[in-house]
Amino acid sequence: MRIELDHRQAYAYTGGKPLLGSRPAVVFVHGAQHDHSVWILQSRYLAHHGFDVLAVDLPGHGRSDGPPLSTISDMADWVARLMREAGIGPALVCGHSMGSLIALQCAASHPSQVAGIALVGAAAPMKVSDALLEAARSDEPRAFDMINGWSHATINARPGCPGPGFSIFVQNRRLMERQSPGVLLNDFSACNAYDKAFAAASAVRCPALFVLGGRDMMTPPRAARALIAALTESAAAGSISAPRVIELAGCGHALMSERPDEVLDALRGFAGALPFEASAQSASA
Amino acid sequence: MSQRDYFGFDTLSLHAGASPDSDTGARATPIYLSASFVFRDSDHAAALFNLEQAGHVYSRISNPTVAVLEERIAALEAGVGAIATASGQAALHLAIATIAGAGSHIVASRALYGGSHNLLHYTLARFGIETTFVNPRDLDQWKAAIRPNTRVLFAETLGNPGLDVLDIPAVADIAHAQGLPLLVDSTFTTPWLIRPFEHGADLLFHSATKFLCGHGTVIGGLLVDSGRFNWDESGRFPELTAPYEGFHGMVFSEESTVAPFLLRARREGLRDFGACLSPMNAFQILQGIETLSVRMQRHVANAVRIAHFLAEHPMVASVSYPGLSSHPDHAIAARLMPRGCGAVFSFDLKGDRAAGRRFVEAMKLFSHLANVGDARSLVIHPASTTHFRMDSQALAAAGISEGTLRLSIGLEDADDLITDLKAAFRAAERG
Repeated sequence: MRIELDHRQAYAYTGGKPLLGSRPAVVFVHGAQHDHSVWILQSRYLAHHGFDVLAVDLPGHGRSDGPPLSTISDMADWVARLMREAGIGPALVCGHSMGSLIALQCAASHPSQVAGIALVGAAAPMKVSDALLEAARSDEPRAFDMINGWSHATINARPGCPGPGFSIFVQNRRLMERQSPGVLLNDFSACNAYDKAFAAASAVRCPALFVLGGRDMMTPPRAARALIAALTESAAAGSISAPRVIELAGCGHALMSERPDEVLDALRGFAGALPFEASAQSASA
Repeated sequence: MSQRDYFGFDTLSLHAGASPDSDTGARATPIYLSASFVFRDSDHAAALFNLEQAGHVYSRISNPTVAVLEERIAALEAGVGAIATASGQAALHLAIATIAGAGSHIVASRALYGGSHNLLHYTLARFGIETTFVNPRDLDQWKAAIRPNTRVLFAETLGNPGLDVLDIPAVADIAHAQGLPLLVDSTFTTPWLIRPFEHGADLLFHSATKFLCGHGTVIGGLLVDSGRFNWDESGRFPELTAPYEGFHGMVFSEESTVAPFLLRARREGLRDFGACLSPMNAFQILQGIETLSVRMQRHVANAVRIAHFLAEHPMVASVSYPGLSSHPDHAIAARLMPRGCGAVFSFDLKGDRAAGRRFVEAMKLFSHLANVGDARSLVIHPASTTHFRMDSQALAAAGISEGTLRLSIGLEDADDLITDLKAAFRAAERG
């Protein structure tokens, strides 16, 4: 669906079903240099199983007008405005990589709109190496190759995404090529500069799920430990359950395409236990 | 346009798409001869049918052995995916039927395999799809032939019968300037000799029967998508960018930003036309691909040697092989195909139809049959076989003489092949 936001056209995939506004909602936020299609199987499944789904294209990505937003906080605010404009929420906000930071910040800045957060391929801080930043600045194709090599633990993932017979490796390369020049540097700079993760974590009062790839070279599981600890502390302070952490052994950074079923199972189980209605009541109170 | 692959070509030839079998530990790719696959439960069944989860349902749509082949060729061509079909012709038909329908128009090279020409000129015309044929070397003809209802430009990487080398970058530029994709038949070249997507092609197909399988054993085709063509931006392809009622109103380009073509080709084309590949055949083609680069190097080395032998023979009027400096596309071949120009080519024997027939019948190592890309060397005399109904004038119009012979050079010792050719020349000369 297309929504006018900030006088620009924004796009969000709704999973092949119209939004009803009356169902529990799940918002999917992609990572750097990506668009909604990285969530294709998980978003389509949940849209056909009782959820309103909004898989966004961030500004300047995919089908949403640019320019891209330059900070994680601005991106989080944009997602919250889009949710309000679409008439959904409180929602489970799922983010991948850079999107996980956006989901975290969204939960901290807009608690009434967020029933839970699922952080997939997450790390805090999410520092980008100097070599990769330089490649993003001066030689995007080289940066794409670096990212693509580091993002996949295998090119022979089963059952395949979006199905058998597709190359997850080449699809990811093409998707990165499809974004406008400069978007990658913008996104990486935003990740690199984001220093509010732990402040955000201390403000989060909703359940959190981590889905991590055991062989993720972009955001290795150890890089999420501090954030898990911070959210655990925050959960204790808010008397809610500690973050659930699922590590997919042998999986790389491209979790949704390498292990689509396991990621779906994790999200489905987490979404099924979220108190969407209670969140909505407290939001309206 | 090039990119770094996950592994090198030879490693991909052996490993792309395949891992040791998780249930049995089998190292070779098992042949999954099963028409259908058990659902975990009713919800899983519904999710598979509705593209909410990935997996196999029925072997007409996908099969584990066939998927290994599809993912392997996708990796070798740097495509976003592939669809294996019952034959190369089925792959061409699937490509066209996915993005064209009654009222559509195609611009195609006139230097095509006869079967492709028949499909475009006669059969698709019967279904309302019209084709304009152009000289593949004349870029102005390509430009001039494009119409508002054109859907695709199509040519062979090495054209029939004269081995015209397609200037892929130039023709791709013409196509892209009009919001159209370029489809190429890469059968004669294989990804070892040229990767057309690196030069601007958007879609390609192979008759996998030929060099990919490499042993003349099974029939199969492969259709591959580069994932680079922006169907939304083009605005010419509602099949991919507007709701499709045949699949619950799915908009394929929203489902997949880079692979909507393959989604529709599989979900409509394989489902409805049904020209899928047998897992048994997929296994045979996989066996061939495992040694593709090694075989192609030998095919090309033998072909070069024999092309030079023929070019110097007094009974040969001409040799049409782009690896020779006499070929009009020699320079472009050197630029686009630095590893060589394949192992299929024609030469013109001095003499009449009967001389050509005597030449073929005298051969002992070269097999007289209608195929190319076998490990064994092959020969065919068009004037007495595929084009036997044509008189000399009609043959000339098709770029063929009464003495034209097409060779597919195999993997035998080149010396033995040359000995066989010498004997054939003597037989032709005897009259």
